[in-house]
Amino acid sequence: MSRRTSPVIPGFGLTLGYTLVYLSLLVLIPLAAMFIHAAQLTWEQFWNIISAPRVLAALKLSFGTALAAALLNGLIGTLLAWVLVRYSFPGRKIIEAMIDLPFALPTAVAGIALTALYAPNGPIGQLAGMIGLKIAYTPLGITLALTFVTLPFVVRTLQPVLADIPKEVEEAAACLGAKPLQVFRYVLLPALLPAWLTGFALAFARGVGEYGSVIFIAGNMPMKTEILPLLIMVKLDQYDYHGATAIGVLMLVVAFVLLLLINLLQRRISTAST
Amino acid sequence: MSSATLTAAAVANAARRGNPLGRRLLIAGAWLVFLLFLVLPLLVVLSQALKLGFGTFFAAIFEPDAIAALKLTLIAVGISVPLNLVFGVAAAWCVSKYEFPGKSVLITLIDLPFSVSPVIAGLIYVLMFGSQGWFGPWLSDHDIQIVFAVPGIVLATLFVTFPFVARELIPLMQEQGTQEEEAARLLGANGWQMFWHVTLPNIKWGLIYGVVLCTARAMGEFGAVSVVSGHIRGLTNTLPLHVEILYNEYNHVAAFSVASLLLVMALVILLLKQWSENRLSRLRHSDAEE
Amino acid sequence: MTIRRFALAALASTLIAGPALAEQTLLNVSYDPTRELYVEFNQAFTKYWKEQGNEPVTIQQSHGGSGKQARAVIDGLRADVVTLALAGDIDELHSLGKLIPEDWQSRLPDSSTPYTSTIVFLVRKGNPKNIKDWDDLVREDVSVITPNPKTSGGARWNFLAAWAYAEQQYGSEEKAKEFVEKLYKNVPVLDTGARGSTITFVNNKIGDVLLAWENEAFLALKEEGGDNLEIVAPSLSILAEPPVTVVDKNVERKGTRKLAEAYLNYLYSPEGQRIAAKNFYRPRDKSVAAEFSEQFPDLKLVTIDEHFGGWKVAQPKFFGDGGVFDQIYQAH
Repeated sequence: MSRRTSPVIPGFGLTLGYTLVYLSLLVLIPLAAMFIHAAQLTWEQFWNIISAPRVLAALKLSFGTALAAALLNGLIGTLLAWVLVRYSFPGRKIIEAMIDLPFALPTAVAGIALTALYAPNGPIGQLAGMIGLKIAYTPLGITLALTFVTLPFVVRTLQPVLADIPKEVEEAAACLGAKPLQVFRYVLLPALLPAWLTGFALAFARGVGEYGSVIFIAGNMPMKTEILPLLIMVKLDQYDYHGATAIGVLMLVVAFVLLLLINLLQRRISTAST
Repeated sequence: MSSATLTAAAVANAARRGNPLGRRLLIAGAWLVFLLFLVLPLLVVLSQALKLGFGTFFAAIFEPDAIAALKLTLIAVGISVPLNLVFGVAAAWCVSKYEFPGKSVLITLIDLPFSVSPVIAGLIYVLMFGSQGWFGPWLSDHDIQIVFAVPGIVLATLFVTFPFVARELIPLMQEQGTQEEEAARLLGANGWQMFWHVTLPNIKWGLIYGVVLCTARAMGEFGAVSVVSGHIRGLTNTLPLHVEILYNEYNHVAAFSVASLLLVMALVILLLKQWSENRLSRLRHSDAEE
Repeated sequence: MTIRRFALAALASTLIAGPALAEQTLLNVSYDPTRELYVEFNQAFTKYWKEQGNEPVTIQQSHGGSGKQARAVIDGLRADVVTLALAGDIDELHSLGKLIPEDWQSRLPDSSTPYTSTIVFLVRKGNPKNIKDWDDLVREDVSVITPNPKTSGGARWNFLAAWAYAEQQYGSEEKAKEFVEKLYKNVPVLDTGARGSTITFVNNKIGDVLLAWENEAFLALKEEGGDNLEIVAPSLSILAEPPVTVVDKNVERKGTRKLAEAYLNYLYSPEGQRIAAKNFYRPRDKSVAAEFSEQFPDLKLVTIDEHFGGWKVAQPKFFGDGGVFDQIYQAH
C-alpha cells in the first residue's frame, strides 16, 4: 500500500496515537474482557450454548428483523433523501429538521410510544386488527420499531452525496438520449451506492443490537419474539455469565465481520469510481 | 413577458424536474412516511403527557427525583460529548489524511460500538469493574465505585456515543482530500493554523451534525446505562431510566411528561442544528460571491 | 490528554457523589412490586429512627426484577439490605458473592420473611370469560398474561402455583407438565417483570386473565379504580415468601449494621406490619393480620419448602437451563 498523501500534513503520529489509546481504553480492553470471560469455556461448551434452539431462534429473529428494517429504510430513506434534496415543496423544511427525531427520542420512550400506537387497542393497531393483522408482539412490530429507530441513517448518508451530484450531469445524460432508468443505472447508482451501503450497514448494525425500543413491543416470547440482546439480559439475570458472554461474543463477531465486509466493499467501490 | 415564453419556460422547467406526476407521488410518499413514522409517535407522547393538563405535567417535571435525573443526564452528556468530539476529530484526521496498513480494521473498530448491543456495552464494564470483575477486588480495597455509580454511567454513555462524531467526519474528510491543507502548509501555516483555518471550516457541517447525534444519543441512552445504573432513585437514575420507573409505577402521565421533556430538549438541539446549518450555508454563499 | 480527561471525569463524579456521603444513607435493593410499600415504610422508619434519638437518615430505594437486582448486588451495588422476591435469589448472594453467611435465613423470625403474599387471578370486570380456577386457564379461548419465569420472581411463583394445582388435581408430574405447557401456549406476551405484565394487561388491555402477586392485583385495582377489573381467587395457590436480609459485607464497609438491622426489625413491628398490610402484603403478626382479615381471601396454600423441597431444588429443576420451562418452550 502506498502513502497517497504527501508527508506535508502533520499530526499523523499524534492523531493515530490518540485514536488508538482512546479506542483501546474505552472499547477494546473492555470488549477483550468479555472475550477472555468467554474463553474460559471449551469449544464444545461454547458451541452448545450458541447452538441451543432458543439462541438460534433469537439469532434468526434479531438478524432477520434488523435486515428487514434496514431494507425498508433503504427504500423509504432513499425516497426521503431524494425528495428532500431534489424538490422544493410545502413543509420540506419541517421534514428535513424532523428526520433526526428517532435519534433524539430515547429508545425506551420510543418503545412505549410505539407500543401504545401498534398494540391491538392503539390507533394503528386497531386499524390493522380490522384486516386481521397483528403488529405489536410479533416480528412485524419489532421490524417497525427498528425501522423507526434507524430511520435517519440512510437519509442522512445519502443526502450530501445526492446534493453533490450536479443536475447537469443527469441533464447531459438525458440530452445524450439516456432514458430515466439508464440515467439512474449509469449516473446515479454508482455515485450513490457507497453512501447507500453505509447507511444500510449502520441501520442494520444498530438494529441487531437495539434493546430499549424493542423489548416493549416484542412480547418477548422465547422461540418467537425474543431478541438476542434480551436473551443476554436473561442469561445475566440467571447469573449465567458464561452464557451471556458467549452470546455477546457471537453477536460481536458476526457484527464485526459484516461491518468489515461493508467497509471493504465501500472502499472498493469508491476507488473504482475515482 | 408573453404567455408563449412563459409556457416554454414551464415546459423546460417540467422537463428538468422530470415527470410532474411522479414528482407529486414521491412528495406525497415522503409526507406519508413522515406523518406515519415520525409525527404519530411524537403526538402519542405529547397527548399522553398532557392528558391531565399542564398542572400534573409540570409537577412531574419539577419533582426532586426528576430534577436529580436531569442533572445526572446533563453530567453524562457534558462529559461524554466533548471527549468523543476530540476523539472523533483525531480519528477522522488520521483515517482520512493518510494511508496505512490496517486502516479498514481501524475504521471498523471505530464503528464497532454502533453494532455492539447496549446490553453488551453495559456488561463489559460490569465484567471489568464489578465486584467479580478484573479490577473489582482492587477497586473494592480502595473504596472506589465505578459501576452502579456515576462513573459507570459516564463510561457506558461514552461507549454508546463513541463513533458518532468520527463517523460523520470520516467520509466528509475523505471526500475533501488533502489539497487545501497542503496548500496552507506550502503557504507557511503551521499545523494548528492549518487545522483552525482550513480544516475546521471545511468540516464544520459534519462536526455539528456529529455532535448533535452524540448529544441526543447520550441524553437518551437506555440499555447500557440501565445495566450499570443500579437504579437508585435520586442518585443513579438518568432521565430515560426515570421515565421507565414512572411508567412502571402506573404513573403513565408522569412518565410521558418526563419523556416530553426529553423530547423538547431534543427538538431544541435539532433547531440549533438547523439554524447553524442555515448560517453556514449562507456564509458559504457569501464566500463564493466575493 | 486522555489521562487528564479521565482524571477530570473522575473528579467531576466524586464532586457529585460527595454531598450524598455526608449524612448516613441506607440502600434498600428490592424487587418490582414493592415500590409503593417501601416509599411508605421508609417515611415511617426515618421518623421512628429520629424519634429514637438517632441522626437523621436518608433511605435510598432501587427496584427491578428480583434476579437482576440480586445480580447487581453481587456485581457491586452497595445494598445495605436486600428485600427480594424469593429466597433463591438471596441465596446467590452467599454462593456467588460471599456477601452474606449461608444461614442468613435463620437470622430473622419467620425464615426472614416479614410479610407474605400469594398468586391470584386478575380478570376484566364481570369476568366475561367466566374464569374461576386454574382449569379455565388452559381453555382454548382464554389468553393468559404472566411474566417470564427466567427473569421475574413473581413469574416463578405463578409457574409453581399452576404446577402445584395440576399435580394435586391430576396426580402426576407428567400431567402437571402437560398442564403447564398448555397454559403457556395461551400466553401471548411474556414480559420480563411482574410490572411489565400488569401494564400489558391493564393499560394495553391484552389477555383475559393476569396471573399476579396478590398485592400487585390489589394495587392495580386501586390505581385503576375498580371499574374495569376484578380479582378471582383460585381453589389452590402458593404461599409466596419474599424474604429480607442485611448484606453483611456492605454494612461492615459502610458501618451501617445497626441501622440496617433496625430497619429490617421495624418491618416486624406492628407499625411495619400495618404498612405492609395496607399495601396488600399479608402480615405475619397475628393481631395485625386479624385487623386486615377481611382484605385477604382465605386460600388453600402450598409452600415452596413442603411441596417443592425449597428453592435449591426447584430453581434448577424448573427454571435452570434445560429445565422444565425450557423443555416446554422448545417443544412448541
